[in-house]
Amino acid sequence: MGNLADRLKADLHYREGMRACINCGTCTAICPAAEHYDYDPRSIVELVQRGDEEELETLLKSDAIWYCGECMSCRTRCPRNNTPGLIIMALRALAQETGFFTESEKGRQQIYLKRTIGHDILKTGYCVYAEGLGTDTHPEQGPIWDWRQNNWKAIMERLGANYQKPGPGAMRQIPEEALNELHKIFEVTGAFERFEKIEQFSEKKAKQLGLQWDDSLNNEYIKQLYNGNSNENSNN
Amino acid sequence: MKNRGKQLIWQNYQKDIADDHFFYVRSCIRQNFFPGAETTFLRILKDVLNKDVYDDPSHTTCTGIGYHTDIVPLETTMTVVARQFALMTEKGYKNFIPSCVTSFGLYLEILETWHNYPEVLEKTRSNLMLATGRSFVLPENIVHASDVIYKFRSEIAKKAKYRLVNIHTGKPLKVVEHIGCHYAKMFPDKSVGGAEFPRVLSGIIEEWGGEVIDYPERRHCCGFGFRQYFIKANRGYTFSSVKKKFDSMSPYEPDLIVTNCPGCNVFLDKGQYVISEQEGIVYSRDGYGIPVLTFEELTGVVLGFDPWDIGLQVHQVSVEPLLDKIGVKYDIQKKYTDKNNRLLGKPVKPTLLKTL
Repeated sequence: MGNLADRLKADLHYREGMRACINCGTCTAICPAAEHYDYDPRSIVELVQRGDEEELETLLKSDAIWYCGECMSCRTRCPRNNTPGLIIMALRALAQETGFFTESEKGRQQIYLKRTIGHDILKTGYCVYAEGLGTDTHPEQGPIWDWRQNNWKAIMERLGANYQKPGPGAMRQIPEEALNELHKIFEVTGAFERFEKIEQFSEKKAKQLGLQWDDSLNNEYIKQLYNGNSNENSNN
Repeated sequence: MKNRGKQLIWQNYQKDIADDHFFYVRSCIRQNFFPGAETTFLRILKDVLNKDVYDDPSHTTCTGIGYHTDIVPLETTMTVVARQFALMTEKGYKNFIPSCVTSFGLYLEILETWHNYPEVLEKTRSNLMLATGRSFVLPENIVHASDVIYKFRSEIAKKAKYRLVNIHTGKPLKVVEHIGCHYAKMFPDKSVGGAEFPRVLSGIIEEWGGEVIDYPERRHCCGFGFRQYFIKANRGYTFSSVKKKFDSMSPYEPDLIVTNCPGCNVFLDKGQYVISEQEGIVYSRDGYGIPVLTFEELTGVVLGFDPWDIGLQVHQVSVEPLLDKIGVKYDIQKKYTDKNNRLLGKPVKPTLLKTL
C-alpha cells in the first residue's frame, strides 16, 4: 500500500499541480467553491504539503475534497504555479483507491456518477446521453426541456443531427468497433479497476448504513446521496 | 512607450490558427443540447468559408466529463485522446479543432503532460497499440472551434447580412462574452488574448459592430462544476454562481450573452429560468431575460441563416427580442415545427419569465 503521502506524490496530477505553496490564499480568493461551501483550497494545499499521515487520512475521509468544481481558476492566479484543482484530483483518486470516499456525504456521490456518466461512455460513446433525462430529475432545464424531451427525435432531425444513424454528424450512432475500442482502452488503463472499487466500497457502505442496495439508480443508498443534503456544507 | 509594452504583452497571447484542412471533434454537451450549433459551424466552414473539414463518424467522447467527475483515471483519458489523434493521423489531417471547451483544455493538458513526461507519452502509445492496434502523430495545430471563427471574423463580416447594431437606435448592441474556464485559465498562452482579456469572442463581437460589456464578475465560472450540477444535492453551487454573474452584469443591461463553451450556455440560459422561479427575478426590463447564444449560432445569425435552422428555438430564453433589434426576419409560425413544418406542440410558459 505505502503511506498516503508517498502515494499522493506518485500521482501525475499531484506532480503537475504541486510545487511549493507559499500560503498566500490567492486560490481561495478566486475559488467559486470557496464562495459557496465552507471550503479553503489554501489550507488543503498547506495540509498536503505538510504530509502528516493522520491529517491526510482525515482529509481523504472528509467532504472538503469534493467541493471543488475543477474550473481551474486557481491555476491562472497562483503566483508559484501550483494548481490546487489538480491536487484535488489526486486526492479524489486516492480517496477512491482507499475507499475513504464513502466516509463523507459528498464522496459517496461517486457511485451515481460512475453509474450514469461511466455507463453512458461505454454504452453510447458519449459522456452524456440526455434523451430521457427529464425535468423530474433535472427541473432546472425548464419547460423548453420538456418540449425537447417530448419531441427529441423530430427536433434532432430538424436541426441537422444524424440521430442514431451510422455515418458522421451530431448524435450519430457511434460504431460498434469504436465502442469496443473504448471498452478495451478502459480495460488496459485501469478504468474498470476504479469502477469496481467504487462499486465495492459503496455496497459495503450501504450495508453498514442499513440502506437498501441493488444494481439500479433507484436503491435507497443512491436516492439518498443524489437528493439528500445535510445542509452542513454550504455557506449560503 | 506604454503602448509598445502592451503590444509586447499581447504578442505573448497570439497563437497560430490553421487556415484550412481541419479535423473536427464534436462535443457531447453541444450535440445533446445544441445540435444545430454544430451543424451551423460546419455549414459556415464548408459553404461560407470554403474550408475542408473532416467529421469522423468513429470519434467518441474524450471522456472529459468522466475525467472531471473523477471516475475516469488520467491514463484512460490520455489513451482515449490518443485514439482521437490516431483517427486524425489515419485520415491525413494535422489541424485538430474540438467543439467543446472542456475537451480543448483537456487536449492541451495532456499534450503538456506528454511534453513534461515523455515516458508517459510512450506508455500511452503502447496502451493505445495494445487496446486498438492504432498509432498516432501529435497534431501540428490544435485550437478551439471559436478560434477558427475569430480568425475569419473579418471575412465573415464582409459576407454578413446583419450587424450587431440596434436598428431602432443605431447604437451597438451591448454584449456579454462568457469564455469557458478551460479555454484560457489553464493555459493562457494557448488562447487568443490570455485569461483576463481573451479576445476570441470580444474580437468577433467588435468586428461585427457590437460593444463588449466589462463587468465585475466577467471571468467568474458559470458554475457547472461537473459533479456540482450532475448531482441534484449539489446544484446550489451551480445556480448561486449563475446568480452572482447575472447580479453583476444586469446593471449594464446587456442585449445578448455569447458563449464559446457548451456547458456555460446551458447554465446561463436555463439559470435565468431557475432564478425567475426561485427568486422572482428576471434580468431584463422587457421581462424576457437576456438571450444566450453560442458563438456558432451568433455567426449564423449575422450571416442571415434562418434562426430556426440554427436551432435558436431550443433556448429557454426567447431570442425574438434580440432578432428584432438586429432586424432579422423570421417566421414565428415555424419556430416549433419539425423538418416538414409540422407543429410539434409548444412549450409550457414559465411562471414569471416571459417567452414567445
